Amino acid sequence: MEENVVGKRVPQVDSWLKVTGTLRYSFDIELPGQLYVALVTSRYAHARIRSVDTSDAIKSPGIVGVFTGKDFPFRIGLYIADRDLLATNKVRWVGHPVAAVVGTSMAAAEEAAEKVSVDYEPLEPVLDVEKAIEKGAPLVHEDMASYNYYKGFINPVPGTNIANDFRLVKGDVSSGFAESNVIVEETFKIPQINHAPMEVQNVLAYWRPDDYVEVWTSAQSPFATRYLTAASLNIPVNRLIVHVPPAGGGFGLKAGIGWEPLAIMISKSLRRPVKLVLSRSEQMTSAPSRDGLVANVKAGFSKDGRFKAYEATFMMDAGAYADYTVNVARTTGYSADGAYDIENISVKSLAIYTNKIPTTAMRGFGHPENHWPLEQVMDRAADMLGLDPVKIREINLHVPGKSVRGTGEPVREYDGNPRGVLEALVKGIGYWEVEKPSEPWKVRAKGLAMLVKAPSQPPNAGASAIVKIDEDGTIDVITGTGSMGQGTPTSLAIIAAEAFGVPVEKVKVNQLEGVSTDQNPYTWQTVGSRGLYSDGIALLRAIEDAKNQIREMASAVFRVPKDDIEIRGGQVYPRTHPEHRLGLKDFAMGYTYPNGNTIGGPVIGRGSYAPVLNTFLDEKGHGHNTVFHTYGGTAVEVEIDLLTGEVRVIKVVQAFDVGRVINLLTLEGQAFGGFIMGMGSALYEEIKFDKQGWVLNPNLTHYYVPRITDLPDEIDAVFLETPQMDGPLGARGIGEHVMIAVAPAISNAIYRGLKVKLNEIPMNAERVWKAIKEQRPELISSAFEQALSRAEEIHV
Amino acid sequence: MREIRLRINGIERELHVEDNETLLEALRNRAGVTSVKAACWRGECGLCTVLLNGRPVKSCSTLAVEADGKTVETAEGLYFDKRAKGLMESFVRNGATQCGFCTPAFVVASHALLLRNPKAEDEDIKEGLKGLICRCGTYVNMMRAVKEARQYYADGKQTA
Repeated sequence: MEENVVGKRVPQVDSWLKVTGTLRYSFDIELPGQLYVALVTSRYAHARIRSVDTSDAIKSPGIVGVFTGKDFPFRIGLYIADRDLLATNKVRWVGHPVAAVVGTSMAAAEEAAEKVSVDYEPLEPVLDVEKAIEKGAPLVHEDMASYNYYKGFINPVPGTNIANDFRLVKGDVSSGFAESNVIVEETFKIPQINHAPMEVQNVLAYWRPDDYVEVWTSAQSPFATRYLTAASLNIPVNRLIVHVPPAGGGFGLKAGIGWEPLAIMISKSLRRPVKLVLSRSEQMTSAPSRDGLVANVKAGFSKDGRFKAYEATFMMDAGAYADYTVNVARTTGYSADGAYDIENISVKSLAIYTNKIPTTAMRGFGHPENHWPLEQVMDRAADMLGLDPVKIREINLHVPGKSVRGTGEPVREYDGNPRGVLEALVKGIGYWEVEKPSEPWKVRAKGLAMLVKAPSQPPNAGASAIVKIDEDGTIDVITGTGSMGQGTPTSLAIIAAEAFGVPVEKVKVNQLEGVSTDQNPYTWQTVGSRGLYSDGIALLRAIEDAKNQIREMASAVFRVPKDDIEIRGGQVYPRTHPEHRLGLKDFAMGYTYPNGNTIGGPVIGRGSYAPVLNTFLDEKGHGHNTVFHTYGGTAVEVEIDLLTGEVRVIKVVQAFDVGRVINLLTLEGQAFGGFIMGMGSALYEEIKFDKQGWVLNPNLTHYYVPRITDLPDEIDAVFLETPQMDGPLGARGIGEHVMIAVAPAISNAIYRGLKVKLNEIPMNAERVWKAIKEQRPELISSAFEQALSRAEEIHV
Repeated sequence: MREIRLRINGIERELHVEDNETLLEALRNRAGVTSVKAACWRGECGLCTVLLNGRPVKSCSTLAVEADGKTVETAEGLYFDKRAKGLMESFVRNGATQCGFCTPAFVVASHALLLRNPKAEDEDIKEGLKGLICRCGTYVNMMRAVKEARQYYADGKQTA
């Protein structure tokens, strides 16, 4: 019988390997005779390298090779090739790898690395984005003009520190402001934060004697890694085989291109397998982090609450390299209007080089950045207008079928139900009810924030899938999307099971063993919440192709027209005469008649997907650059301790219009887990730099990520299902959206409860207490009195 | 170098280890036990948690020589323990895994917690698992899994 599991709770296909620790990550893979790499990293934020002395290191026991920047004269990068494999001529941040020491054991390599001495000529570092764009600021990349970049997609400005200058213009903001009755003008800030995946980045590379190159890497995107690496190192694409085992967390860090080129070139030099595993402190200083942000925004509203004009300058602190962050700036810019109809828009979004940790994509990139200001602007404006935060959103939220985004893209009927999301948040959190705090010196408050996000990708971001039927009628699904905990492989298995009408256990997805570029079909990247949608569409096309092959055969066998063949419940039969039936297995390797004649041959379905009618964006930021939008939002109830400034999240409700729930278990897991990650970035996380650009907290003690003790008392998620017209079974992506609105929801709750503005994250106790002290000192003194009288009561 | 004898996941092993070698290094590099993970190598993240004579320890902060003559269990070995297998089933059923890199350590720590306190409530579970990090934030699902698994530990007897 058919078993429809769509929308039910289905454990991830690799759960048993995970609970027993037997899933093989690239971290666990070794080759006989492999060598180990230790990095020597820069102690200066900005310095010229006079010389590197490796003579002592190479003589150290167990050392096979020592390499410096001069050995590998390549530039690599996703959208702009701005990165060196090892520092050449100068170092650009504290942590910049200068030399790689290769030995027969990690201990030998680490010991020899201590013996490499580097002679530096310190240069003035640029550690502040606003100073970095002043005239005459020291340049982080003097040679920008010579870098290759993705023309039509980004716009670097050589001779400055601007790696990308993106503009979005709609209407005329000056007339919009002239028509406004209320103007909100604020500066918002976000620090650099670390992805902190539990599996550190690691690469095993082997340049084989036949000049094929094999790489095992903890990455998200096998094909982007292969193409970018091959192109930068002049390797024919099919001679580079990239194996991407399941990754122990990615969160954007492992998208694009990572440490593969360095490990490959070392292996090429030594002709032996080479493994590079970052230490946690290297992961937090030498590897990329999320961009920081300074945003100056000005928003005008008419007295009836209409959003008339929005002017914003986003200055993204891209750090020393911006090969992915150039698109973060672009994305921050083109989606700066969020879920709202804004009549006039003028946005300037800059990716700015500084002498800090290089940056890259992180979960939802561009959107945590632009929703942090936008969603707070809504609440501040509401307050000035005497409206409430819900009303002002109702007035300005996109109306599907009517609204037009800042890019000029229409908001389509099937894009989702933003008003439904808002209602679910208001109802779920009990927005109008007042809760009693646990102590008289604490305040309970509720706040919410909306979000919308589309995958941010180039217009040719394709996907493909293969479906095979095995001898016994079981099914193999092969796609190129990596597995990093997001659950896409399981969702693809559910889609295939539904399409053939078989139990999900009968479908095998290849990602259990990882993706290999020589065995799996292409998908652009495992990013942007695009996997389920893009690979899902390709998969359904592959299934249709396989079914057609079966129908061809069945038409001959049953002697009925092809169109009359049904394939359901794992069975094949004429629609009109269902009593004549055969199994999928009878066609798997072609149909064999009783006399041995065989027709058809093995069934193998293929399907491809490309974004439909997508374009580049023009100089005003206009064009059609998205494939679907997911609307959502976060509502929180927080308790603020007026004496300490500590903010605790008591209750959370998130709502998302996912189009169609494919796997409720994964979806809830994403919503809950994404909230936790969002809460970490909102309340705790910040890479701290000193005045010389040194990182003060490169470890998991002083860089605090949420633990189980930080769980809110109640956490819930609501899923709306406005089907995505072209989505697989109506579904759209969700993996990143779950953290985007968290920080502004918490800040809005604090503002609603205390009328204290917090324009900068993390909203840790110190910052919150200082903000209260500055803006509402009377709250602290009265809380203190409350506490004092309580203490007296207890004492008596 | 010195020789140690220990029982790893039910099998007697002899390993030659350095005096300053950690139990984590010995397990992964010499015994080939990759179900024990590592993410910080300095006692911050808890992902290298194993049972040493039935007690949870961070193997990155334990010397291999300290395990001489003792039993060491990791998640792959707990698969053979009836109650731990029930716990694993609860993890699977409740979606308490995302990327899965921290999962074996959380299974080991939860098993130790439930052996000690089969009636663990929310606060006990938080206390028992706060030394470990799950960056995917699967904590809600883990709470559900551990609470559901209490049924398998209800008889209160300790396994060796």
